[in-house]
Amino acid sequence: MDNNKIITVNDLIKDYKMGSSYFRALNMINISIKEGEFTGLVGPSGSGKTTLLNILGALDNPTSGEAIVLSNSVSNLSQKDAAKLRNNSIGFIFQTYNLLPVYTVFENVEFPLLLLKKGKKEREEMVMKALSWVGLSNKAKSRPNQLSGGESQRVAVARAMVKVPKIVLADEPTANLDAENSHNILRTMQRLNEDLKTTFIFATHDDKVISYLHRKIVLNDGKVVNDLILD
Amino acid sequence: MLIIKLAFRNITHAGFRTWLNVFVLSFAFVLIVFTEGLYDGMAQQVKDEMIDSEIGGGQFWQKNYDPYDPFSIENSHSPLSKDLSDEVKNGNATPVLIVTAAIFPKGHIQSALLKGIDPGQRIVNIPSYVLKNNQDTNSIPGLIGSRMANNTGLKTGDFVSVRWRNINGTFDAADIKIVDIMNTDDQLIDRDQIWIPLIKLQNMLLASGQATLVTLKKNTVVIPTANQNWIFKSNAFLLKDINDIISRKKLTSSFMYFLLLGMALLAVFDTQVLAIFRRRKEMGTLMALGMTRWDIISLFTLEGSLLGILAFAVGSLYGLPLMAYLAKTGLGMPAMTQGAGLTIPPILYPKYGLRLYIVTTIILFVSVIIVSYLPTRRITKLKPTDALRGKIS
Repeated sequence: MDNNKIITVNDLIKDYKMGSSYFRALNMINISIKEGEFTGLVGPSGSGKTTLLNILGALDNPTSGEAIVLSNSVSNLSQKDAAKLRNNSIGFIFQTYNLLPVYTVFENVEFPLLLLKKGKKEREEMVMKALSWVGLSNKAKSRPNQLSGGESQRVAVARAMVKVPKIVLADEPTANLDAENSHNILRTMQRLNEDLKTTFIFATHDDKVISYLHRKIVLNDGKVVNDLILD
Repeated sequence: MLIIKLAFRNITHAGFRTWLNVFVLSFAFVLIVFTEGLYDGMAQQVKDEMIDSEIGGGQFWQKNYDPYDPFSIENSHSPLSKDLSDEVKNGNATPVLIVTAAIFPKGHIQSALLKGIDPGQRIVNIPSYVLKNNQDTNSIPGLIGSRMANNTGLKTGDFVSVRWRNINGTFDAADIKIVDIMNTDDQLIDRDQIWIPLIKLQNMLLASGQATLVTLKKNTVVIPTANQNWIFKSNAFLLKDINDIISRKKLTSSFMYFLLLGMALLAVFDTQVLAIFRRRKEMGTLMALGMTRWDIISLFTLEGSLLGILAFAVGSLYGLPLMAYLAKTGLGMPAMTQGAGLTIPPILYPKYGLRLYIVTTIILFVSVIIVSYLPTRRITKLKPTDALRGKIS
């Protein structure tokens, strides 16, 4: 196995029960992703990209086949170990930001570090550093409802990046943003990918996102129909 | 520790929602303690009054005496035993002679008990001294309670004819002059009875030196020996009826207790159920950030439980001074409460023991933890992907 591969997916199938029948969301997926990639799972709605992203994030289990993430087989992970994997090594960015509404920007970004049991001083330093990456140092005391959509998504990026995870999974991160904010966010993520060598995996069908990708894995009806390296 | 920190952060940041729940819970807490304290205070006052004015440190009953059988009263008197006589002579006890009689207030006939008591006694808190100061040859001085006065229309200075039978079964009659009307919270020394000097009643009955019961001084430690004719009745026995009534009243108050507690807990339960639905996306986010389902269950349960702790603190803040004030000044009772089955003193002094406070606090805490936990059990079935989409399985 290539030492740079941090994700390997072999013959992965995911079925969902729909009444008395099953719907196959992913059908025999075989891909691998190397450390530091800036990759997108691209395809129309219902193509299986979010399902695959969820499995890679150990939020869901495959029906058959295997997904090995940072040497952990997702199928074999206990609930606790899956939580540990997400906590230690994976950052998530969601379409709807998913900020915790009662917390300030600082507290939202600090949250993953609390789960990692980092000391107060270290947390403060790491949070302020993450906020500086996304240009929101001056918004540390604001609440999510005081932020614009672009700012909220930048906070979400800071929260995903604060612990400097190996992998960041971003599900339609620009879907709720205008073009300018989308480009800002993407540039920020691109810079973090270059500076910190964090692997970014997007689920998207947004051309703006696609234009930033280094690799495009195209899904359709649950199958990989194309896997392109972009320059 | 992290869960506690997060739970505290969540509820303090939740603002109005938290404080509304805290207020409802604290109000229920204060009201429960207040109501229970009121009942405890009333029970204690009624018992104290009864001990003070009627049963002292216990009573010796003539063997035939049964207060619930008016026909037995005719034969319920005999000379005191030597031990009891000695106690009376030494000022440690006072005898009471009781006989049924008919009285004729305002031209009506009415049955009543004539109770003979030593006007100089200091064993029970009855103003018997008024009988000593108002003796004349033509009439018998009589003392009645305010309830008896209301029932009969008698006033101080009025004369009332009385007819009785002596120990030979012969009817006799005389006039009693009402020399005073006493106010007492103990209706058992008031309703349908007239207190007259013991010697007079003994003479009227031709039962010299005889009594129906002997009341011992309050807090008597060494109880005189009982014999065949004189049977000792302890305070526990004599207070049994009142304790039974209090227990029944307590049952009513328990209903109130659980009603209040239920209402408060419903608020917490409702909040928790709402939180599970409203915050399911947040739960998905917490899972994505690395929390396990049990971490989230603990967090939500603790959030609910912290409401109980805050309610205790807030309730203590305004409840303790209020209750301390009421315990000191008392609470005026309306006149209608006299028909409540036991005599309720006109001013009630609530009694708040540490036990009441601690027990109520523990019950509140445990209940809040349970109702906080119950709705969160749904989280065990929650799939992170569903939660992130705002679905709950």
